[in-house]
Amino acid sequence: MTLVTDTPAPFPTTEAPLISEVPRGTLFRFATAGSVDDGKSTLVGRLLHDSKAILADQLEAVTRTSSERGFGGAAGGIDFALLTDGLRAEREQGITIDVAYRYFATAARSFILADCPGHVQYTRNMVTGATTADAVIMLIDARKGVLEQTRRHLSVVALLRVPHVIVAVNKIDLLQYDELAYREVEASVRQVAAELGIGADGRGSDGRGSLHVIPVSALVGDNVVDRSPLTPWYDGPSLLELLEALTVIDDLDENGRATEDFRLPVQLVLRPQGAVVVDPELADSFRDYRAYAGQVASGSIRVGDAVTVQPGGGTSVVTGIDFAGVELDEAFAPQSVALRLADELDIARGAVIAAAGTLPGVTRSLDAELFWLDPRPLAAGARVLVKFGTTVVQALVAEVTGRLDLTTLAVQPATTLAVNDIGQASIRLSRDLPIERYADNRRSGAFLVIHPQDGSTLAAGIVTVPGPLTGAGDGSGAGSEVSP
Amino acid sequence: MRAAPVNTIESTVTTTVTDTIPTPVPSAAGDHRLSELDVLESEAIHIIREVVAEFERPVLLFSGGKDSVVVLHLAAKAFWPGKIPFSLLHVDTGHNFPEVLEFRDETVARHGVRLTVARVEDYLADGRLTERADGTRNPLQTLPLLDAIAAGRHDAVFGGARRDEDKARAKERILSLRDEFGQWDPRNQRPELWNLYNGRHTVGQHVRAFPISNWTELNVWRYIERENIELPPLYYAHEREVYRRDNMWRAVSPVSPAREDETVELRTVRYRTVGDMSCTGAVDSDAASVADVVREVGVSTITERGATRADDRISEAAMEDRKKEGYF
Repeated sequence: MTLVTDTPAPFPTTEAPLISEVPRGTLFRFATAGSVDDGKSTLVGRLLHDSKAILADQLEAVTRTSSERGFGGAAGGIDFALLTDGLRAEREQGITIDVAYRYFATAARSFILADCPGHVQYTRNMVTGATTADAVIMLIDARKGVLEQTRRHLSVVALLRVPHVIVAVNKIDLLQYDELAYREVEASVRQVAAELGIGADGRGSDGRGSLHVIPVSALVGDNVVDRSPLTPWYDGPSLLELLEALTVIDDLDENGRATEDFRLPVQLVLRPQGAVVVDPELADSFRDYRAYAGQVASGSIRVGDAVTVQPGGGTSVVTGIDFAGVELDEAFAPQSVALRLADELDIARGAVIAAAGTLPGVTRSLDAELFWLDPRPLAAGARVLVKFGTTVVQALVAEVTGRLDLTTLAVQPATTLAVNDIGQASIRLSRDLPIERYADNRRSGAFLVIHPQDGSTLAAGIVTVPGPLTGAGDGSGAGSEVSP
Repeated sequence: MRAAPVNTIESTVTTTVTDTIPTPVPSAAGDHRLSELDVLESEAIHIIREVVAEFERPVLLFSGGKDSVVVLHLAAKAFWPGKIPFSLLHVDTGHNFPEVLEFRDETVARHGVRLTVARVEDYLADGRLTERADGTRNPLQTLPLLDAIAAGRHDAVFGGARRDEDKARAKERILSLRDEFGQWDPRNQRPELWNLYNGRHTVGQHVRAFPISNWTELNVWRYIERENIELPPLYYAHEREVYRRDNMWRAVSPVSPAREDETVELRTVRYRTVGDMSCTGAVDSDAASVADVVREVGVSTITERGATRADDRISEAAMEDRKKEGYF
């Protein structure tokens, strides 16, 4: 990143960041799924403990509580579940209610772990953890193999296109480290994953992510942080080695290009009209300052690049990229920047600035996959709000068309969706929106379904088929009635 | 809720702003990767901008502590070259360190924002609150906070809370809905999906927004170092008269005198968190500069709250209980 120097930076620029010892590209987000019975809490505890992320006072508190409750497990008498079960009700009932976030770092990178409980509200928790994850670790009990819950969790991560799926086949010690028994479980995992389109290599078939299967014992520590001498027949990385090596969502492809087209949903227009914080001598040059603030959702953009803005279909050229007083010559996901354009277009919150020619128009309808998260069921005719990027619009669920049978993984006909269901629906929008297939763009193709009165988040949605284009999108809603 | 262009937001600026943001060069090079701090910074700016765009009257809880100072810095970056489009609120227990209050006022003046102070002592004076037997006033902040939120008609309240601070906070959302009693219901939180925040609320409800949820103590210190952010001096090693209580060094002050059986000594200490003088402990430290502190935090084996907060040691669920009642 070089600075454009012909415009003076309004603030004195400091030296390069002082954190040279911190590796770059280093924030990796992952989620864990599986039930307590599968040993998930033990695995999370083991990962945190062995990577020295648990500090002395936390360990002391957990050890004290473990012994007060007579926990005498083989993990040195420590009930690792107490580390992640933060709420009183969770500790009292021995269950995990809500997603808990944990933070740890190794020499290679830093991690944000979303620990998703398996039993209660499993779809809700899995979806929450998976939407922001670079990887999901799915835990299964080596003695039980692939269960219905495994299939459900794998369905969620497949549909949400989590970039990397790691299946940890746990309790391998209880199988006496028997290779044949492990290979049997591994084969059935790969079979289900293949049915769901989770690929075995690279980004996988249909871009649905890479699959890694690892034999572990969370209790003993085999292949969690260090490779185990007890599984000589396994030649892959330990779990932590894998987490340190996998690519993050916003990484580039092998050609050094962003894997998705540039998108910036406009959050707000920065137009201070003279009320500026810059040096008074420079204030005049900011009198007509106007920039479009937002976080780059995907791809990258350079000064001089042509852009299309939807709705409206206006085109312009990027004349400046501002980051709090520093002019950048390039911005990329997930940077929060402000773009200046050559032309005065009618751009407000909710607009999407895209690389020229990559976002052809707007539509008023879509087919979607919905992860229904609310106790109140969904039926056709429901009036809801949907949030795409930085826009909230009214919408009508025209039809519920199917529901995923999580046992057979087949889509069954359905007219309603209940809590924790994954199903298909056709949705009509009250306004033209520039939406895309989730498979093409994970940000532009994702949306929330919101209750119009009480504001609850009813569902996570992903676009499977955008409706027909209603023109270049002049924002007026012009266009014929779109049938679902 | 509607989208509000930033220029229509009521100005709360009262003084002219000079330089407030030392601007680092984002460290990404040809590999297109951002550093951990860059990613966290952009995430926080995105959250701050979303809240300002979707809410009518946001406010930032500002104590002069390092986390709220970092959020203020991020807000200044989010709206550059414009001014920070919201005001600040501090709940003063009357037990704050004087040097922190001084720092608070200087910082507010430098950023040119308006500060409202809600005073616990006003509530004690007229009997709306009574002093606790243990002398700590941290739990007493909740009522003045809720009153100030109502009086300011604030529909969104920014805070500097982080999920790594406490087990209950680990389950907190970035946007957290509170009812008219300010209560947090951990069993009924909205799922937080992608980076699509749902801030919709009904009359009487408000939303707490935590832009640095995903930052660790070490992230905060590295960011303070990178951005040259000024902090109250007591975050750095200094000599102070202290005595040992609850396995912590407590400052000798009018509100926290040593008991007869406690020995006062002069030690070189610093504070890892800055709260009430009556319940915040200092730690032995020679870390006199931000670089020293980064090194010290990097090798610390005790969490910051475990080391320095007596109020969180009362029970395993102390923070959870306070949060449910409307505390941060």
